[in-house]
Amino acid sequence: MEILVCVRRVPDTSENEIQLNSAGNDIERDDLVYSVNEADNYAVEEALQIVARTGGNVTVATVGGEDDEEVLRRQMAMGANQGVLLTDEAFEGSDGRGIATILKAFVQKGKYDLILTGIQAEDGGAQIGGMLAALLDYPFASLVNSIEVVDGKKLKVGREIEGGNREVNEIDLPCVLSIQTGINEPRYVGMRGIRQVASVEIPTYGASDLGVERTTVGAAGAKVKRTDYFIPALGKGAEMLQGSQDEIIEKVFELIKTKGGLN
Amino acid sequence: MARIFAYIVHKGGVADDSAAELVAAAKKIDAAASPTAIVTGWGAELDAVCEAVRTSYAEVWKLANQALAYPNAELIRKALVNVVPTGSIVLIPHAHFGIDLSPGLSIKLNSAYVSDVLGIDGIEGNWLRVIRQEFGGQVSTHVKCDISSGAVINIRPGAFKAQDSPPVNGAVVDKSAEVGALTAGRRYLETVVAEAGDVDITKHAVLVSVGRGIQEKDNITIAEELAEVLGAAVSCSRPVVDAKWLPKSRQVGSSGQTVKPKVYMACGISGSFQHLAGIKGNPFIIAINKNPKAPFFQVADVGVVADILEFLPELTSKVREARGASV
Repeated sequence: MEILVCVRRVPDTSENEIQLNSAGNDIERDDLVYSVNEADNYAVEEALQIVARTGGNVTVATVGGEDDEEVLRRQMAMGANQGVLLTDEAFEGSDGRGIATILKAFVQKGKYDLILTGIQAEDGGAQIGGMLAALLDYPFASLVNSIEVVDGKKLKVGREIEGGNREVNEIDLPCVLSIQTGINEPRYVGMRGIRQVASVEIPTYGASDLGVERTTVGAAGAKVKRTDYFIPALGKGAEMLQGSQDEIIEKVFELIKTKGGLN
Repeated sequence: MARIFAYIVHKGGVADDSAAELVAAAKKIDAAASPTAIVTGWGAELDAVCEAVRTSYAEVWKLANQALAYPNAELIRKALVNVVPTGSIVLIPHAHFGIDLSPGLSIKLNSAYVSDVLGIDGIEGNWLRVIRQEFGGQVSTHVKCDISSGAVINIRPGAFKAQDSPPVNGAVVDKSAEVGALTAGRRYLETVVAEAGDVDITKHAVLVSVGRGIQEKDNITIAEELAEVLGAAVSCSRPVVDAKWLPKSRQVGSSGQTVKPKVYMACGISGSFQHLAGIKGNPFIIAINKNPKAPFFQVADVGVVADILEFLPELTSKVREARGASV
């Protein structure tokens, strides 16, 4: 099976506290640690596991700039056969539809049986997979937490719905699935693996290579624009306990006893 | 002003709470708005939902089709594209169904899409101004959306409070004939109900709930020891289940369990809205997190800035000491 996984490089929220910059209009981007978006990493792992069963290739693609190559290399170190960077000044400032438009053009240059995305980026809208599927007229399922290959023409996929229940669907190939975190256990990527792919050529495609109309993508084509970041004025918020650790522990214990009705 | 529609999510003949919340969201877009409800489905359940929803909507569009008996987003998208007029604003609750439906719907309606909206500032010219969150709620953003060719707006459940207003006794309009032929490359097979776990976290008065801050599987014991001396249960947030450190049955949140404890101890949990959605009954919330900006501190009753890996064992010793021979 030929599988394309769309990935993104995002600030890693397990490594950073996301804060406003001093101008109060963007997040503080100095010294941020970036990594592959968590859900996208699960998507790549799932693709690798499918290919291990059925044969085929895994391609990872991202829309971005030179800095984003590092996540492609990381996913290649994990086992993806190739990475592709979709990059052009005209792509900057794209909204979800713009990104999906760029990816659609790339998909149509190849032949993929299955396209995976992560369910959502840390700073995203859980939208690229569904938009890409609609642009391609492929079937789509979101929040996918299990995939079973039935045959060369269809899959059985589980979707995470309310209360921990799973909705099982049959879906025709080619299709687009957005992958929920927890679907598998992504393999560890060591420094050795990263070094092995450090000098692999990463092909790049721009707007003209892809035949993307410049006015339909980037800031020019965006119907949705983020105007700023802010921290909302809070309600009263929590009473923050102060004092020595012993005092705080004493207080917390008292609260658990009284509020929890413990003897 | 563009016409506003609200997609009604329902199950077992009962409309979801979001049905009334979408009216409140529509009024934020335009105070004079009278949104139209769209209800898809089949049979008696569909009729029951239409009947219930017309108390809060002046017009209810009923889309009856046997193929829509189960809400398959791929089929419903096709139905909506056939009935929703060009340029409309369509409001949809941002939960598993809306996440499935809306991005593709916006493409097929050739309109803009904004997901998971929790505030609406209103309209300026062709721009609808809304508020979202990023990075699990650590920061908020203002977003503007060009509505000149319509928009699909996904609304966060619970973000807009349903207003008490007199019943409007609206009209049910049968639009079923406009739905068209419905087939899709994705077919619903069955729903697999979550397995019950070893511990029923919905039945406990005190929950020691752990998140990413627990850092590794072996540290779960720290929470279990505290829970044991308190007679509490250990629950968790999604990342702990994703990492397979605790079973799915221990997860609190919209995709996990809904819990109603008296005391909820949020230990190293940032506090995403999906997690908070699983905490009901207004428990006393104690949040412990080493990040003083953790969103959980906004909703907790008391907060402690501390590393749970140090704090919880200390607390366990304290409880053990205080309860002496009884534990």
